[in-house]
Amino acid sequence: MSARLEAVAERADTAAFAELFRHFAPRVRAYLLRGGGDAGQVDDVVQDTFAAVWRKAGHYDRRRATAAAWIFAIARNRRIDVYRRERRPEFDPRDPAFQPDPLPDGERALASGQRAEAVRTALDALSGEQRDVLRLAFYEGETYAAIAVRLGIPLGTVKSRARLAFGHMRAALEAQREALT
Amino acid sequence: MTIEHHPGDDLLLAYGAGTLDEATSLLVATHLALCPRCRNRLALAESIGGELMNRRRANGTVDETGIDSAMALAPGDDEPAGPATAESGPFLLPQPLRGYAGGDAAELGWRAVGGGIRQVRLKTPGRGAMARLLSITAGTRVPEHSHGGEELTLVLAGSLYDRGEWYRRGDVDVADASVLHRPAAGPEEDCICLAVADARLKFSGVIPRLLQPFNGF
Repeated sequence: MSARLEAVAERADTAAFAELFRHFAPRVRAYLLRGGGDAGQVDDVVQDTFAAVWRKAGHYDRRRATAAAWIFAIARNRRIDVYRRERRPEFDPRDPAFQPDPLPDGERALASGQRAEAVRTALDALSGEQRDVLRLAFYEGETYAAIAVRLGIPLGTVKSRARLAFGHMRAALEAQREALT
Repeated sequence: MTIEHHPGDDLLLAYGAGTLDEATSLLVATHLALCPRCRNRLALAESIGGELMNRRRANGTVDETGIDSAMALAPGDDEPAGPATAESGPFLLPQPLRGYAGGDAAELGWRAVGGGIRQVRLKTPGRGAMARLLSITAGTRVPEHSHGGEELTLVLAGSLYDRGEWYRRGDVDVADASVLHRPAAGPEEDCICLAVADARLKFSGVIPRLLQPFNGF
């Protein structure tokens, strides 16, 4: 999917965009519905998300993100804007005070396809408890406090599960990167 | 610049998931502007979000007329022409903080709150935590206090000493509800920091307590 996103970025490839839409639009819609929007509103936000995918594809960098991650981030921001009526504070790489990345680009990254595969494998390898916390946070958009209530466990336990899950994910991706380079 | 004290992975994950309140998001995003290491972690967090969204079996289809209407504007149409910003640095406050504050540190309407401390409260209309910029006179100690909840402090200028550690530009000091502390600004220059707390601080002395209702401490 990242190749299709790049085709949109490089040559405004409408067929590639249509494939992205067919694959991701239902998924974005399902994600937004979990966030509590009503169906009519959700369709507008899906539309808005894909208008942004089309216009901003030039910002996509496959060395940093999978296509799914990049589209997820756009949909997440729309969800915050529309449902919570809050702003989403974000850093701006063009800001003179921004501290650029000192690492040469190629050194750090898995290729996008490898990264997507490694993320999938590492997620499957987590304990059910840890994966549940990630799913509730990312997919359901629940705060840690809400997850604690929902699971009937202390807030500190939710946070430590999140940290442990992320630690495992980072270690798995690092191992994958070392195996491939 | 070497950042030694980062926000915890649970905070970076929650920022990636989009579940933090606006004030806490502002602090994390401002740290991210200064910290390539945490930006890499954020990229992984967003990959997790992408995969969780991707693996969910989608029920139903989305009207395909959406494809054409999404392409109504040409790619890049909403990009600002020319350089990203007419402003030229150097800036003490990175974005997004500078935008929330309404200018760089020297241009703000600082209000003295006593004890060698000045502050600017920031508007983060969302629920939850409150954000403010503090300027602590070099060498000054903040009155001893604890917290109703977690307090996060991002140092932007000077240095802050708290519980045996020094915090400098880009560092984040995390104090949870159980901590009773009195951080101090380093002697070299005034310490400017962004403080986000999810409840009012509880001062232990009588005088600072008098300040509390007016100053948002």
